Amino acid sequence: MAGNSILKHREAVLAALVVVLALGTSLINPNFLTLENITDLLKANTVSGIFSLGVLMVIVSGGFDVSFTAIAQVTQYAIVLLMLERTEGNIYLAILAAVFFGIVLGLINGAIIHYYNMPAIIVTIATQSLYYGIMYVVTRGRQINDIPSFFWSFSNAKVVEFTSPAGGTYGLSLITALWFILAVILYVFLRHSKLGRSIYAVGGSRISAERIGFNLAHTTLFVYAAMGALAGLAGVVHVSIVQSVIPSSIVGSELQVIAAVVLGGASVTGGKGTVLGAFLGVLLLAILSNSLTLLRISSYYSNVFTGLIILISVTANAIQVQRQRRQRVRVQIDKA
Amino acid sequence: MNFINAKNISKDFGGVHALKGVYFTVRQGEIMGLVGQNGCGKSTLIKTLAGVWRPDGGTLEIAGQKVENPSPFIAIKLGVSVIYQDLSLFPNLSVLENICLGPIIGDNSLLSRISLYRGKAMEILARLGIDINPDDLVEDLPIAKQQLVAIARALANDSRLLILDEPTTALTRREIIQLFSLLSNLKKGGISFVFISHKLGEILEICDRVTVMRDGSIIGTEEAASLNISQIEGMMLGHALALQKKTAFRSGKEVVLSVEHLSKKNHFLDVSFALHAGEVLGLSGLLGSGRTELASAIFGISPADSGKILIRGKEVRIASVGNAIHYGIAYVPEDRLTQGLVMPHSISNNIVIATLEQYLGRLALLSFQKIGLTVKNWISKLDIKTDDARKAASTLSGGNQQKIVIAKWLAMNPAVLIMDGPTVGIDVGAKRAIYDTIQTNAAQGMAVIVISDDIPELLANCDRILIMHGGRLTVEMPTSEADEESLQRSMEIRSGA
Repeated sequence: MAGNSILKHREAVLAALVVVLALGTSLINPNFLTLENITDLLKANTVSGIFSLGVLMVIVSGGFDVSFTAIAQVTQYAIVLLMLERTEGNIYLAILAAVFFGIVLGLINGAIIHYYNMPAIIVTIATQSLYYGIMYVVTRGRQINDIPSFFWSFSNAKVVEFTSPAGGTYGLSLITALWFILAVILYVFLRHSKLGRSIYAVGGSRISAERIGFNLAHTTLFVYAAMGALAGLAGVVHVSIVQSVIPSSIVGSELQVIAAVVLGGASVTGGKGTVLGAFLGVLLLAILSNSLTLLRISSYYSNVFTGLIILISVTANAIQVQRQRRQRVRVQIDKA
Repeated sequence: MNFINAKNISKDFGGVHALKGVYFTVRQGEIMGLVGQNGCGKSTLIKTLAGVWRPDGGTLEIAGQKVENPSPFIAIKLGVSVIYQDLSLFPNLSVLENICLGPIIGDNSLLSRISLYRGKAMEILARLGIDINPDDLVEDLPIAKQQLVAIARALANDSRLLILDEPTTALTRREIIQLFSLLSNLKKGGISFVFISHKLGEILEICDRVTVMRDGSIIGTEEAASLNISQIEGMMLGHALALQKKTAFRSGKEVVLSVEHLSKKNHFLDVSFALHAGEVLGLSGLLGSGRTELASAIFGISPADSGKILIRGKEVRIASVGNAIHYGIAYVPEDRLTQGLVMPHSISNNIVIATLEQYLGRLALLSFQKIGLTVKNWISKLDIKTDDARKAASTLSGGNQQKIVIAKWLAMNPAVLIMDGPTVGIDVGAKRAIYDTIQTNAAQGMAVIVISDDIPELLANCDRILIMHGGRLTVEMPTSEADEESLQRSMEIRSGA
């Protein structure tokens, strides 16, 4: 929103960091700033990107969710099994079913959190374990390698395609375009729809929102359902890229996504955060890890750098808020 | 014409009669004061008007319409807005959005078409004469402006009755005067107000009529012009609390605490004073004068940059609250909700929390017998109104909560007790008990600093009075030479001016 100087400032800093990091890496490895590498990088981060949109909404509403990776994982497994059962499956049906299934699991989270007035982090830690656990019990952790071919076509489809000198093709993937389109939709939704504004209002002050007549149940159920829907979609995107269902491949990445969103300026106390910030956060962490690979630095360092970046960014934010608060309590000293 | 006409309203909560046959009216274009001790039924009455509670008996008419099925929604539609003490704004949203959110929710679009309401919001801000950038975030505004935003929001909802719950608590005198002139203007435009406050002087200053409640009943509704403060207090309490200027002064010889040339950048400058054993020293000044900041420095919350603090003549370094407590300084903060009490914990735990080492028994474990005795002792000494010390502190009224905070620090037996706003927001009965506690402890040799806006309170309790302005100590005089008017004046002007 206008006047939100901390967030604007943060987005500018993040964008600058992305540019500096990208330029720096390309100095050492010229392959970095090629269209091919950039589109690959975006494709590889599409799953995180789609997750981040849901996480942003949940965090802005003052909630929290660590179960979205489990929802994606469970949904992915169920949808692939379902598609293998049917003979005439297609990607639309798969996405539709995944989104539906994700919404159901998300609504369970939202309903428990709202109607029993429980801390979201505890509820979603529990449901993460529950959803994931049930999947393991039912499937005994079996890996599925025989994936219907339309998943492959989905992840391989390009919106714009180029041929590389070596003869291969590259370009902007359909799934990446899908991420961008969803981001734009969410941007417009959060800024201009009544429900979108109510997410900010509820995140800013629940009591005030209730007193002014917002329906808290609607808002809460909506954000967790939307998170579930996006998680379901991300599950399908993930299996399309990976080409197999490995029961442990998504769960565990939730903190990385939450970190990207927080890095993008979303406040874990609610009420603050932007789509652009979340996008830049995902991008920054992605470039960082990609640069380390291109620079041939062991991937073990990736976590160290990620941790440092997040600590620095969150600390910088806290210092800024503190300074503003101090400005406000200032006493005008009389001249003698 | 009566905008609000409540007849014979009663409301019970599980056998407790919160409202007993209350008759309450507010005329159009009138400011009605509503006063009474904590727990007298004020809040229940307000919530009944606002549609939060459904009365068990009686009839309620708003704007000439009988309210059959009360709800907050209906009350807002009929033009009743409550501005709670916390203002109920959205700190993370812009001024404009805060003002327009009500109408936006009310329309039947899925979009938040804020531009449709911008014109109206700007017009209201202009009408209120508020100089605010509508795109600023509410959290970046000082509290006085936030309050104006809350009023603007009520007007944007087409409210015709604004219920203001303790609106002046966090305002400086100048801001209060601005608020009052704003209310008077709106009143001329036909808007009605219910003005709730513990500050009876302000009630008489701004209200047309005053309704006094006690124990769920209306004791009387009178023209403000025909009342004075002690009459209102008499109606509230059943007997008057006459605050009289202190006559018997004490000033021990021994200097317990002295401060020399204490300064902190952007907070206060070159402050020196001495505090004697058995003395009650008053410290006042407008909000933003640096008085609370000075107290925070002495208690080590935000230590001073330069200057000396001496305890019994010896220079000490107070860099943390731990240091201050070590030297026998106790501090009862102004904001007891966030700083003074652990609300969900029991009364008993709150009283002993700062002095746990006194209650160790065998094996260095806490002796609950010792704790029980101490707690019982403080509950009776300070007359804390509770039937069970195991209940959460949050179950008590404001006055009794304040007594717990005081008990906690007195249990430490401090040499210096600093109390910031000890009677803010508490009722007359609890005030009396706190004044008595101050005098009793001073008589036993404790040195007390009372920080307060309430000048009659300072005159009644203190031996000496200090006034700060613009971060400097501008006045130091014995109470015997002070009077209300000159102190009020000196709070508002700079030294030498």
